[in-house]
Amino acid sequence: MTDDSTGSIGPAEPTDEPVDWESWDVPTERWLRAEHGAPGWPRSLLLEIAVRIAFPTVLVLSVYLLFAGHYDVGGGFPGGLVAGFAFVMRYVAGGSVELAAAVRIKPPALIGAGLGIAVLTALVPLGFGLPALTSVQWHPHVPVLGELSIASSLLLDVGVYLLIVGLVLDLLRTLGAGIETRDLEGEAR
Amino acid sequence: MLIAIAAHFAVAAMLPLAARRCGRAAFAIGALVPAGSLALALTYLPGVLRGTPHGESVHWAERIGLLFTVRLDALAMLMTLLVTGVGAVVLCYFGRYADRDEPGHGRQAGLMVAFAGAMLGLVLADDVLSLYVYWEITTIASFLLVGGAGRDEESRRSAKQALVVTVFGGLALLLGLIVLAVAAGTFRLSGILADPPDGAAVTAAVALLLVGVATKSAQVPFHPWLPAAMVAPTPVSAYLHAAAMVKAGVYLAARLAPAFADRPVFWVPLVVLGLWTMVLGGFRALRQHDLKLLLAFGTVSQLGFLLVLVAVGTYTAALAGAAMLLAHGLFKSTLFLTAGAVDKGTGTRDIRELSGLGRQWPQLATLAGLAAASMAGLPPLLGFVGKEAALKAFLHATPKDVAVLCGITAGSVFTVAYTLRFLVGAFGTRPGAAPSRAKPPGAVFTAAIAVPALAGLVVGPGVGWLAPLAAGYAEALPGAHDYHLALWHGLTPPLLLSVLVLATGYAVYRAGRAVAVVSGRVPEPLRAQRGYDTAVSGLIRLAHGGTGRIQTGSLPVYLAVILLTVVAAPGTMLLLRGLPAIEAPWSRSWLQLPLAAIVLAAAGAVLRARRRLTAVLLTGMIGYGVGGLFLVRGAIDLALAQFLVETLTLVVFVLVLRRLPPPFARPGRERTGGQARSGQPALRRAEWRKALVAALGGTFVAVLATAYSAGRERLPPASAWYVDNAKPEAGATNVVNAILVDFRALDTIGEITVLLVAATGAASLALGAGRARRRTMPRPGRDERTEVRR
Repeated sequence: MTDDSTGSIGPAEPTDEPVDWESWDVPTERWLRAEHGAPGWPRSLLLEIAVRIAFPTVLVLSVYLLFAGHYDVGGGFPGGLVAGFAFVMRYVAGGSVELAAAVRIKPPALIGAGLGIAVLTALVPLGFGLPALTSVQWHPHVPVLGELSIASSLLLDVGVYLLIVGLVLDLLRTLGAGIETRDLEGEAR
Repeated sequence: MLIAIAAHFAVAAMLPLAARRCGRAAFAIGALVPAGSLALALTYLPGVLRGTPHGESVHWAERIGLLFTVRLDALAMLMTLLVTGVGAVVLCYFGRYADRDEPGHGRQAGLMVAFAGAMLGLVLADDVLSLYVYWEITTIASFLLVGGAGRDEESRRSAKQALVVTVFGGLALLLGLIVLAVAAGTFRLSGILADPPDGAAVTAAVALLLVGVATKSAQVPFHPWLPAAMVAPTPVSAYLHAAAMVKAGVYLAARLAPAFADRPVFWVPLVVLGLWTMVLGGFRALRQHDLKLLLAFGTVSQLGFLLVLVAVGTYTAALAGAAMLLAHGLFKSTLFLTAGAVDKGTGTRDIRELSGLGRQWPQLATLAGLAAASMAGLPPLLGFVGKEAALKAFLHATPKDVAVLCGITAGSVFTVAYTLRFLVGAFGTRPGAAPSRAKPPGAVFTAAIAVPALAGLVVGPGVGWLAPLAAGYAEALPGAHDYHLALWHGLTPPLLLSVLVLATGYAVYRAGRAVAVVSGRVPEPLRAQRGYDTAVSGLIRLAHGGTGRIQTGSLPVYLAVILLTVVAAPGTMLLLRGLPAIEAPWSRSWLQLPLAAIVLAAAGAVLRARRRLTAVLLTGMIGYGVGGLFLVRGAIDLALAQFLVETLTLVVFVLVLRRLPPPFARPGRERTGGQARSGQPALRRAEWRKALVAALGGTFVAVLATAYSAGRERLPPASAWYVDNAKPEAGATNVVNAILVDFRALDTIGEITVLLVAATGAASLALGAGRARRRTMPRPGRDERTEVRR
């Protein structure tokens, strides 16, 4: 299973010709890494594909936890951790190359954005002459969903969520990929 | 006037951008701000002269009584005229002085304007806390301006010394101000002065304030930072280190004098240090060959003089102090700007190399001569008026006055001598030396030098304009109110004394060589610079020693310290109070029993683990077991968080474990290679100690947790409130979340900030450690750190 050659599903060569009706649904981009994607990282095709399939589901679960937190089990902290684990799975399955394929944004930016959103949420009520961190609830009627209940403190939870995701990614970056790179360099020397 | 202060900072922030576009013109743009502030201040002048100070205040944190206040009275007006007037002139001059091609105009211009704003705020502030903030901004601006781009060793060292000395004084000042304000019950300076408090704490506070005064105004033994700061560009020296910043100490002493001058703790140190500084500075100035250093020691000397005048707290002395404050600002900035023009024109400031400049630059020589005459105390200049008043103030047959009179007479003699040394050195023609080749100074230089020089000439005969302002300040002080500032008082003892001073000063100047031999013979341990160096190196040694002992770098030691503190601090209280009675059942649900068994078994197995990964997995099992216990008791949110965090911990552990050898290290055995068994007993003992500490910490926490969670009978009122209010207040049905994001949201923000800091720290440690390992070139400064670690 760890044979590298099985892991490559070649992309269709982009051509200028009109799309043939036989090949219109051939994937145009690589879904899995090519064989030389992660040097020195043992690959398991089963794990890699399973993780790829589970990845969006876990992310959706994390967002559910974030939104459900106000009424049920969950919240920004557990949600952020679950989302972080989605990336941990990617990293475990394929190393830093796989992680880089999953996320483009820099973890410190995510952490900063999280804290920024939380602090802004805290400060916005000051602009309306209310004490900092005052929360408000809205109950808008949405056609299909009926009456919703939205609290402004959800934004604070969003900040926590982003910060935690960034934190996990940063750990993967520094302790995970950082050590990985160094070990590889050490072996090369 | 608040708007003027704010305008300074706003313009200062924009000047770096402006300088990118228009280069040196940024200085001229900056000069508009102090000039405008001067005009604004003058509109309040009639009111101030009538004795009604102008006040403004803006609250910015009303609930805790923080506010920006301005109180423009006679003393503040005097300082404002000096700060804004000289500031505008010096900035114009700087625009011509700065090299066209050199970078950093925006930085310098911005800092100068920011400094001017802080200085203006300092003299106008009526709130002690904002006074302190402005005080420190001037210090920082001075540091940045002296240090420049920090490219050469000397400017870095000088900037650091100026910063260390003045910040040390600044902290003492802050402490003194707070103690004083608390004793007085108000943070308003005018309130404190109107009703000065008494007591031992106030005495200590005044002493602390004087440390701030003495460091900022470069008094013995703190004075060496001022001559060292002369590495700064000359306009910076002219403004910060002659006219404005170093006057902050004098200003504060003058501000406090009406309330405290009758207390020995205030006037004795200031008068003694001031006289000492005045004589020492004048004496040292006679040895200098660098024009700027000569002026710097002259400034040190004059600052001592000013402090004596404002500290004795009599009406006449205060009049003299006010006149000298203005006179010194005018003549010293003129002379510094002249030194800068000489430096620019000839490329040197060394009086042993300059010759024949007076013939080439007659205008500049005349203007400098006017300022120098004011400095020496020649009529009809403002300096003469001030010095006459000063001599008159101490013409009493009391021991204190006689001693002070002797001191300031000696200081004035030196002043006359170094004034001559400056004038002749800069503009005289040395026999047998080729005249210096000098570029003409240009209109901007001449104009900028002419303004303060001519102001000194005009205000001398026209001292009648200044007199009401000086009297407005001085009338708060005791003593006969019969003296007034004037150019001509008749043939009086002070005039005769002045003549004597001038004559002796000339003789001392002629005997310059002898002076040069005598001075410089200060015994090594008494030198102030040596004192500073010793203090700083001692501090660094102390820090190294302390850090080396506390931060041993051994994780077991850190853990032991933390655990033992946990046991000792609450443990003592528990022993004193006794544990609450435990009245809980052994188990509330049968599910707890297997979970507890799992936790206990895992904990026991961790101790037997020989491989790191096994230990980590077993620790994780303990964590999951605890999470299960939470779940059984219905704390679903807590259980979820526990499971997730446990998982994350496991992941991080596994990531880090890749770098560590799989089995636990046995350093004793590995290092001795199994040959020498002598290392074994010591290791055993260390392990026993660790086991003891761990057992102690673990038992304590377990007992505490069991006792207190079992001892609770019902929800505490706070929890009950949360449960009742989660829905109506926060609109949440999940109480835990309502607490996290609503009721205790500030805590949450604090916690995520901690997480951010921790993540940043972990990232730089992990990434930085890798970089350090890869680097082979030793870097300066790294050796020190490794020493500390040892």
